Amino acid sequence: MSNQAFQKVFTNLTTITKATCTVQAEGISNEEMALVDGMPAQVVKIIDDQVTLQVFSGTSGIFTNSEVVFLGYSPRLKVSDELCGRFFNAYGEPIDGGPIVEGKETEIGGPTVNPVRREQPSELIATGIAGIDLNNTLVSGQKIPFFADPNQPYNQIMADIALRAQVDKIILGGMGMLHDDYLYYKSVFDNAGEMDKIVCFMNTTDDSPVERILIPDMALTAAEYFAVEKNEKVLVLLTDMTLYCDALAIVSNRMDQIPTKDFMPGSLYSDLAKIYEKAVQFPAGGSITILAVTTLSGGDITHAIPDNTGYITEGQLFLRMDTDVSKVIVDPFRSLSRLKQLVIGKKTREDHPQVMNACVRLYSDSANAKTKLENGFDLSDYDKRALDFAKEYSKNILAIDINITVDEMLERCWTLFGKFFGKHEVGIKQELIDKFWKGE
Amino acid sequence: MTSPIRKGTVFAIVQNLISVKIDAPVMNKEICYVTSGKTNERLMAEVIKVQDKLVQIQVFESTRGVKVKDEVEFTGNMFEIDLGPGLLSKNLDGLQNDLNKIEGIFLKRGSYNMAIDLDAEYEFNPTANVGLTVKAGDWLGDVKENWFEHIIMTPFKLKGKHTVKEISPKGHYRVKDVIAVLSPVAGGDDIEVTMHQKWPIYLPIKAYKEKKRVFKPLETGVRVMDTLNPMMEGGTGFIPGPFGCGKTVLQHVISQYASADLIVIAACGERANEVVEIFKEFPKLEDPRTGRKLMERTIIICNTSNMPVASREASVYTAMTISEYYRQMGLRVLLLADSTSRWAQALREISNRMEELPGPDAFPMDLTAIISSFYARAGYVQLNNDLPASITFIGTVSPAGGNLKEPVTEATKKSARCFYALAQSRADSKRYPAIDPIDSYSKYLEYSEVQDYMKKNISPNWVDNVLLIKNYILRGKEAWEQINILGDDSVPLEYHDIYWKSETIDFTFLQQDSFDKVDCYSPLERQKYMLELILDICKARFEFHGFEEVQNFFKNIINILKQMNYSPFQSEKFNDYKTKLDQTMAEKRISGE
Repeated sequence: MSNQAFQKVFTNLTTITKATCTVQAEGISNEEMALVDGMPAQVVKIIDDQVTLQVFSGTSGIFTNSEVVFLGYSPRLKVSDELCGRFFNAYGEPIDGGPIVEGKETEIGGPTVNPVRREQPSELIATGIAGIDLNNTLVSGQKIPFFADPNQPYNQIMADIALRAQVDKIILGGMGMLHDDYLYYKSVFDNAGEMDKIVCFMNTTDDSPVERILIPDMALTAAEYFAVEKNEKVLVLLTDMTLYCDALAIVSNRMDQIPTKDFMPGSLYSDLAKIYEKAVQFPAGGSITILAVTTLSGGDITHAIPDNTGYITEGQLFLRMDTDVSKVIVDPFRSLSRLKQLVIGKKTREDHPQVMNACVRLYSDSANAKTKLENGFDLSDYDKRALDFAKEYSKNILAIDINITVDEMLERCWTLFGKFFGKHEVGIKQELIDKFWKGE
Repeated sequence: MTSPIRKGTVFAIVQNLISVKIDAPVMNKEICYVTSGKTNERLMAEVIKVQDKLVQIQVFESTRGVKVKDEVEFTGNMFEIDLGPGLLSKNLDGLQNDLNKIEGIFLKRGSYNMAIDLDAEYEFNPTANVGLTVKAGDWLGDVKENWFEHIIMTPFKLKGKHTVKEISPKGHYRVKDVIAVLSPVAGGDDIEVTMHQKWPIYLPIKAYKEKKRVFKPLETGVRVMDTLNPMMEGGTGFIPGPFGCGKTVLQHVISQYASADLIVIAACGERANEVVEIFKEFPKLEDPRTGRKLMERTIIICNTSNMPVASREASVYTAMTISEYYRQMGLRVLLLADSTSRWAQALREISNRMEELPGPDAFPMDLTAIISSFYARAGYVQLNNDLPASITFIGTVSPAGGNLKEPVTEATKKSARCFYALAQSRADSKRYPAIDPIDSYSKYLEYSEVQDYMKKNISPNWVDNVLLIKNYILRGKEAWEQINILGDDSVPLEYHDIYWKSETIDFTFLQQDSFDKVDCYSPLERQKYMLELILDICKARFEFHGFEEVQNFFKNIINILKQMNYSPFQSEKFNDYKTKLDQTMAEKRISGE
């Protein structure tokens, strides 16, 4: 954000609050960027000649006669192939010591894709994890978050998925990320030798929290460049969206807005939708897939952040520690991929949908049996078989450290059906049973 | 209405709320355009408040780049949409722009177009004669729009009685051509009528004789709706449910198979990919009743969640106004809105920005009134020419945190007569559609008109059977609770029998596979057959020795019935399973009524 011509400079500050300052100025446009005493800020309100600016890093140290330089543009990013392999801060400035990126100046948070110009997502993104590929298949152009507790290994899983997925670019948007996790991602990508397909926008806990609200738009502007101009398949990782929402709440609070549920701004739904809806399959082949993390507090999904997220995203993935087999699994009950219907049984084997449902139903029977057991009741023969099935299903299919193809997953499921159940107990169409049943 | 165009200038900007200085009269709800001096884009806006000589306008798009002193042009009109032939099968946005006409992949700010092509030619066939006395909304003639006779009506804004002075003979005319001239009976200037007219979306079209009590069921092909909680032609209903419970899938199924002439889908603040699914699949899918493509009877109003919030509010009204227009032609229109909560949230964002004192959960205080007057626009009417017509309205509600006590759900409950509660517990165990059979209701089952109709047209004991099956479900739930508390062994065997009978109803009647070619749509005739078959099982007494035997027996029965659901009705396969069912039943049956 260097000084350039056509900049307007004003020095008469009339109000300074914790996060905003108001300067007397003319000819300023809404949402324009500015530097207040050298610190990045953005216009959030204009009343006649009183222009209110949100100073991202806070207003400490600002004088009433500090220099306010208006830059004449809203937040933007220079996009080109030079972005590859680079790390940036929330303003799109390099933080890896490399040179400034040259390219086409693009306003972030750009326009919406015309819904009639979208293509229906139809390409499966294989991750090797059965909890995803088998039960909650990921499709390119989809947006889906992990709903995770802060202590769960979501960053590791995201990195695994990113590297296994057959995509052209991976764009990581880190919000309030611990410095250690930032280094973790960096080293994982480095070790995989995939640096040239990674672009990273990073706001760590060392940076100002309000800056975070620029990260998703930065990441998605870069993604749109590769998906639209280059027709590439782009995977965007956003972590952690809860911290992004917290930053929104801080801003809205400082703007004196009336908070709604859980002290979140009333526009939370629209704010999140603007980000997640950037996920798209373009007709020319390019696509943007968003995989995000929303951390929960105490597993509460009725909190405004996961709740609004759930209504926007195309499903959600829950991680759970299965104590019976001591493995982390993607919870088959609470997880959901809304787009899976577009690929399962179509891009995968015909028995996929019914096998998937049967497994989940039987797994749910095992949960009921477990409750019975805990309440001290006798188990029926069926209950016992369901319990045994669940253990093997969890250990040999669902566990996230297993990396197999969808066909292999289906085969393993049929093996388990044959081992523990009769044909009438699985509730699958007769034709499929005739074709795939293992055992007598 | 058309006062001359007046101009003002921008004074203040806070998000999409702009204050305007103007030295001329301004109408509340008037439409105006802000010209962004920086880019020359014209942004549409609506007056929402006038305070301290400043006019507050809400811009329908992002105000990025707008400056103080930018020009604002007031048009003199409220927000009106265009009505006329050519709306069918269109994909429109919340402000009635034809999305297919917008060029480029992205929606550029400030690009507006007209959904109706005024130069398009249609063959007009007059049905009214010169000398006829007409009122607002009376039929003058018709043109062919796709497959149906699109009625050309007198303007809905017409006041008092008029005489038809001239009417064009049969022939080809453009939409903008005058096809009739009316002269007021009370004297005054003649009125020229074209095929095109405008109507402000916030006002209901009331050019009909009277609104009547509903009596005729609207078939949806969804068993748990049609049989247990029937919707009526002209009825209202809502589907609340936490995310992931299948609200949208259910709405898609209804939009595909409902027995309506025209479906208007308002995708209000929901996911774009879901709308894309409709865009891509409806042109391919067939209407099971007429054999025509579904798209031919569908109009989509699409304001996805990332499109501007302010036009989200307008989108539901646009959809309702289009529905009313087609209702005036004697059609049975079904309006589906997904989701009305997003609309309510848009109201909240606007009221918030206007710094109104908030009601519960920061929603505007008059939320209940707004929602109920919207639902009141649905109904079964008798048109001026005595023909019946209807708008059935089903809205989904996305309760925050799945809590049905939140303001939008509460407000909607007061206005809608059918309640299709989607239960998280059912969705978790993949029992779809997740409509809770016990909490859900249709008030229409209590209407004597409805009961009479069903007795006459479905079967004499239909209503009794429905109540009976509901009773079995309830008893099953009670038995299940007892089994859970006392354990399998400690309850009488009869409890298992009751419980498994209710599970049979659940698995084979309540649950329906909307992704299976056959099971996704169950006509009422088939529902009646299955209901009677399942009731027969419920009424039968079987001989069991131990609860595991009960379980196994009913699991077998369920499996056979499910295979029947997957087979075409009365097909050989279907009948084979029926025979197998009879055999299985006979083995254990001791008696049966």
